Amino acid sequence: MNMTTETIEAMERPPVTMASRLEGELLEVSMGPQHPSTHGVFRMNVALEGEIVRKLKPVFGYLHRNHEQIGEHTSYLGSMPYTDRLDYFCSMSNNWAYALSVEKLAGIEVPERAEYLRVILAELTRLQNHASLLGFLLSDMGAWGTPLMYAFREREKILDLFESLSGSRMMCDYMRFGGCRLDASDEWLARAKQIVDRFPEFLDEFEELILGNEIVIGRTQNVGKISAELAINSGITGPMVRACGVNYDIRKVDGYGFYRRFKFRIPLGEHGDTYDRLMMRALEMHESVSILQQAFAQIQPGPVLNPKVKVRAFRPPVGEAYGRIEAPKGELGFYLISDGSPNPYRYRVRPPSFINLTILEDMCLGHTVADVMVILGSVDIVMGEVDR
Amino acid sequence: MMESLDQIKSRIEADVPGAKIEIVANGSPSQQDSLLIDNEHAVATARFLRVDPALRLDFCSNVTGVDWLDRVVKKTIKVKTVVEGVEKEVDQTTEEKIPGYLEAVYHLYSITHKHGPVIIRMRTADRAECARLPSLTPVWRSAEFQEREIFDLYGIHFEGHPDLRRILMWDEFEDHPMRKDYVQPDDFEWEPTPHDDVLARAKEHYPPRPQLDGAEQIAAPQ
Repeated sequence: MNMTTETIEAMERPPVTMASRLEGELLEVSMGPQHPSTHGVFRMNVALEGEIVRKLKPVFGYLHRNHEQIGEHTSYLGSMPYTDRLDYFCSMSNNWAYALSVEKLAGIEVPERAEYLRVILAELTRLQNHASLLGFLLSDMGAWGTPLMYAFREREKILDLFESLSGSRMMCDYMRFGGCRLDASDEWLARAKQIVDRFPEFLDEFEELILGNEIVIGRTQNVGKISAELAINSGITGPMVRACGVNYDIRKVDGYGFYRRFKFRIPLGEHGDTYDRLMMRALEMHESVSILQQAFAQIQPGPVLNPKVKVRAFRPPVGEAYGRIEAPKGELGFYLISDGSPNPYRYRVRPPSFINLTILEDMCLGHTVADVMVILGSVDIVMGEVDR
Repeated sequence: MMESLDQIKSRIEADVPGAKIEIVANGSPSQQDSLLIDNEHAVATARFLRVDPALRLDFCSNVTGVDWLDRVVKKTIKVKTVVEGVEKEVDQTTEEKIPGYLEAVYHLYSITHKHGPVIIRMRTADRAECARLPSLTPVWRSAEFQEREIFDLYGIHFEGHPDLRRILMWDEFEDHPMRKDYVQPDDFEWEPTPHDDVLARAKEHYPPRPQLDGAEQIAAPQ
């Protein structure tokens, strides 16, 4: 008897409406790994409330090949071409960071001309990385193709320079412990100078095209804000931390290479939002052009490789060293432990874009799904370096 | 200019009661010596390094693990002994066994004062599967992903880490590939699929092919 009354009551209850049933419920979406805006194979597990992101967990490892273990199983020099594959946009900077760490470990001097060549190549790398990042970011926002092609037109010129110098466009493998593999001819320097001199023209055109654009401003300002304290505590480096107004550039702080000889300014942001991160890249390109012009004026003929460095049976003394440079994406460091054998005992890469992703969730919370793409684009990740 | 490691060591020991700090010398030309801090007072020590106004090591740049296997260190000492009434110097070799351990290394910089690096390291008691260290993620959040990576590749459990999961390898993976004694499984590419079972069932399902043409009976030329 009781049973039947209960069932009838249950049936007489008004039907639950759709709106009230979905209220407060989260929808889990797996964004990636195969998506054009994830810049490679990268996945985010996102919990959405409507369009708003309430939780975001990045998932890594699709491109993991245990780069560090491979580095421990080959000779010191054997890892040099493999560093090209870390951040395949900036192989010259990766080479420099690795060479710098080994030079610290073994106490190797670098000739003056080689240092200048390194600065020139690292700044050219920064130009092409930042230009193509802006293109990719605009692509993520829906400006398909056109800005990216503008950026790639300039990048192509720089890659041609790399090719004529090192024999390869992206996998340059150009630097060696104690200098550079090959010398640059006067014609090469003249051509590089010509390209750099014309670069500001492209920058002005590009900035006019994108940075004042109403849609770009609407999509990026006040999106993905981070505070300076959080950025510092989370180990964010490079243009991302400077967008929060933190004056920290390893070129100035460490003064590695010959960066103390050049006059350049460090652009700083104010709000730490996506627009500031975008602007950082544009302004840094102007400073890179200025550094390059000074370097072209100062470079003198001379040797490019320290002849005392052994190529075969290269064994650094027992000990450890951590060397770092300001790569286009942030602080790129190599930590090496030598046990006196031809292979490093420990070979560690400090990948800037991996650590910059630490606060991806903090930046995305409360924003829409479409903003996640823009925020991720402004972090500037390359999965070859994130997953290693 | 940053103060020397000796000064930092004595200031930590004055500020954190009970902390035992050891300076680990580095023979390389890089001259980057490091501080070995004890696990019990690690978080307090780290907090001191971050907060102290003279140091302000607010930026933890690089966090990584190192695996040290069991080692035997041979030491040769000259010992004076009396042989047949004559005093002689004889080489005596002693072997010292150092048991293996896992290490976590942190490279700290200061963005406020623009100095660094101060390198701190922590050591586990042994190389066991559940070797433990305190997590420094509550002090520097930049250690969050990097400690997860050490947990994944070296198998150090960081106590107090907010989200300790594998990060680069998949969750079902069992070993720690960056350990020095890691052996790759030889059946790495093989995984059980229904394929073999299906083939076996298919064999049972279909009768054997009738021998119609007699080609099977043709023997290969001798």
